[in-house]
Amino acid sequence: MASAMLSLASASPSASLSLQENLKISWKRGTSSRINFLGSDFSKTKSFTRTSMTVAVKVSRFKDITMAPPDPILGVSEAFKADTHEMKLNLGVGAYRTEDLQPYVLNVVKKAENLMLERGENKEYLPIEGLAAFNKVTAELMFGADNAVIQQQRVATVQGLSGTGSLRLAAALMERYFPGARVLISSPTWGNHKNIFNDARVPWSEYRYYDPKTVGLDFDGMISDIKAAPDGSFVLLHGCAHNPTGIDPTPEQWEKIADVIQERNHIPFFDVAYQGFASGSLDEDASSVRLFAARGMELLVAQSYSKNLGLYAERIGAINVVCASSDAAARVKSQLKRLARPMYSNPPIHGARIVSNVVGNPELFNEWKEEMEMMAGRIKSVRQKLYDSLCAKDKSGKDWSFILKQIGMFSFTGLNITQSENMTNKWHVYMTKDGRISLAGLSSAKCEYLADAIIDSYHNVK
Amino acid sequence: MSASSDHANSVFATVVQAPEDPILGVTVAYNKDPSPDKLNLGVGAYRTEEGKPLVLNVVRKAEQLLVNDPSRVKEYLPITGLADFNKLSAKLIFGADSLAIQENRVTTVQCLSGTGALRVGAEFLARHYHERTIYIPQPTWGNHPKVFTSAGLSVKTYRYYSPNTRGLDFQGLLEDLGSAPAGAIVLLHACAHNPTGVDPTSDQWEQIRQLMRSKGLLPFFDSAYQGFASGSLDADAASVRMFVADGGECLAAQSYAKNMGLYGERVGALSIVCKTAEVASRVESQLKLVIRPMYSNPPIHGASIVATVLKDRDLYNEWTVELKAMADRIISMRKQLFDALQARGTPGDWSHILKQIGMFTFTGLNANQVAFMTKEYHIYMTSDGRISMAGLSSRTVPNLTEAIHAAVSSVA
Repeated sequence: MASAMLSLASASPSASLSLQENLKISWKRGTSSRINFLGSDFSKTKSFTRTSMTVAVKVSRFKDITMAPPDPILGVSEAFKADTHEMKLNLGVGAYRTEDLQPYVLNVVKKAENLMLERGENKEYLPIEGLAAFNKVTAELMFGADNAVIQQQRVATVQGLSGTGSLRLAAALMERYFPGARVLISSPTWGNHKNIFNDARVPWSEYRYYDPKTVGLDFDGMISDIKAAPDGSFVLLHGCAHNPTGIDPTPEQWEKIADVIQERNHIPFFDVAYQGFASGSLDEDASSVRLFAARGMELLVAQSYSKNLGLYAERIGAINVVCASSDAAARVKSQLKRLARPMYSNPPIHGARIVSNVVGNPELFNEWKEEMEMMAGRIKSVRQKLYDSLCAKDKSGKDWSFILKQIGMFSFTGLNITQSENMTNKWHVYMTKDGRISLAGLSSAKCEYLADAIIDSYHNVK
Repeated sequence: MSASSDHANSVFATVVQAPEDPILGVTVAYNKDPSPDKLNLGVGAYRTEEGKPLVLNVVRKAEQLLVNDPSRVKEYLPITGLADFNKLSAKLIFGADSLAIQENRVTTVQCLSGTGALRVGAEFLARHYHERTIYIPQPTWGNHPKVFTSAGLSVKTYRYYSPNTRGLDFQGLLEDLGSAPAGAIVLLHACAHNPTGVDPTSDQWEQIRQLMRSKGLLPFFDSAYQGFASGSLDADAASVRMFVADGGECLAAQSYAKNMGLYGERVGALSIVCKTAEVASRVESQLKLVIRPMYSNPPIHGASIVATVLKDRDLYNEWTVELKAMADRIISMRKQLFDALQARGTPGDWSHILKQIGMFTFTGLNANQVAFMTKEYHIYMTSDGRISMAGLSSRTVPNLTEAIHAAVSSVA
């Protein structure tokens, strides 16, 4: 074949130019202009091969690829790192910082890792569904060990790559087994939710959530939009500490949300990334999920240990699917495995072992609860300090109490894009453009500076 | 219990039980078997002479350093992963003196072992490359077609293994790649082809390269056994480096599961070699858009271990010694099995056991014979007749020999 091509070499420079143009056209996505190797374009191919038989294409196949914009959340940290200003403050990504603004590795995590090192465990592949010991403790942590759903083996639990990976597995399951079903997501929601459903090809629409007028929950809008969605839609709910707003439904509101979901035969899908971080109590923060489970509803829950165990980079989480029967749970689990295998084969062991060692060991578990309370406590105290600073410095009479009412790591300041940009450009305060600040990245020492920045941006920038 | 918990009302009523994965399912079945003589030759995971999993000394050392370092934190890695790890991985596969690296034409992103690298690469190509067909060798690793179709590529095969010769069907390969549409993606096993253990010679690689470049076929290398095939990291990267040396573009998926024994840590990398640094930078930005909605950023532990080993001269050298020892043990198992079959007088030509390269032997046993061996001798392997030599030891060779002998003699 190769020698045949060589012997047919011929043609003019203009022919080889049109080959390049041919290639250019066929690079554009969606078009199927093919270079017909054995057809009329053969002569053009040959002139190309004559000049570059043993050398590859002269032009990149990827030359028309555009530069993608930086991630709106993770890109903030990159920009922060590049800034040399001494007062710079990173309130972008939700990663917990100590009062000294240092990253924090929990003591229980260090203890668990040392135990693991001493034991000298092997590094064999986990099963596709992940570490069995981890799957057991993570479901128990979410639902309570004595919960009916666990006792009756109705939960399919599969270890996932933190919250993102668990959401993605669930989305893949939705796409395959609920074709055409859509997922309702809150307006606003974590920026990556849309990307996950887009890439998984699950259609989504929004339900009203944040009311800028009250800086609170648009409850009627939320109920109305959930009610109006097609029967059998998935409804993505933040289990606690809503990201980015920090606004959570009250227990009474959760009951009504469950009512309308049941009425419409929707499927609740909880994203639980902050269990323990909202109130400081692991059980209290699980109450919305448990409320739904107690009604006998089938539901999905994605969990993450990035924040509450500080295991960000270890990528440890789980997808739980509560089913009507243990048989359904077994089948669902088998299909989740089938989706994970062509994505990464089996999940990473290190984070899973840490979690199972901490949660599975009563002493470490109790110590964890204390560290959890400490972290949540620090955030509550900077909320208070920020609020106090704002009230002291701002003479306009604006009500800043939303800062105290919001729950979890984040505060939705209500600042718009231009105002948020002012925070960064003038004050070197890094945050996401939706006006979200991560209080986990704030120290008491910097509360006053931040208050100045917020007041300036709010009043002096439109 | 309320009505909504009634089985009939489950929204998952139509979800059927999926079968076990054909490769990983072998271990599941093995674990269930109570027989004391059972032998797992299914998944390609290295075992010592004592039949135990092995954690390399350099890995233990690296882990000690990491866990005991008080300055280490667990902050999110960038979407593209650990920067040091990426640079070192690129050097490992392309060569420390690679021109493509020096010219910044390579983008490398940390991925979830080989599977993750293949998936991210495939998703990228499905979105940004004009040809959406990938040609995979016949046979290939069982998970390859699933990875590519999940990513949105369509899969075709090219002839590779010749059952008659138990070697490479080189003519068939050239014909099939020759008739592929120009620009099509071609999956190549960098070395130690899985499952056959049959690799092209370097002359054959050169012919493949010329053919592919003349048709603008895009090479996508899967390198899961660098160092394991011959015992030499450089020799095992020769095929990849041959393609990169001609200035052309290619993709390369790397795994550290086997060669650093980091199986469960899920450490790997995807490199895309581009024509220019500018293109490489844009390609990298698009890879991030694939990764972020999949798992946001990769796990830190395994990549840190690899980076620690690769950047330290002593640890690196120690690694190459341990790697060679593993490769040598496998080669000696090949010899032992071959000799045992010869001594037993088992019918057939078993020289392919010696000729095949890497962790696996494609025995030539058929599915019935395999089932017989599992049932009667508790020997677990994939139904295509592939056995993992890494799972054999001097102690277990006699049992395997008996099983093969019985299977070949009594099962059609």
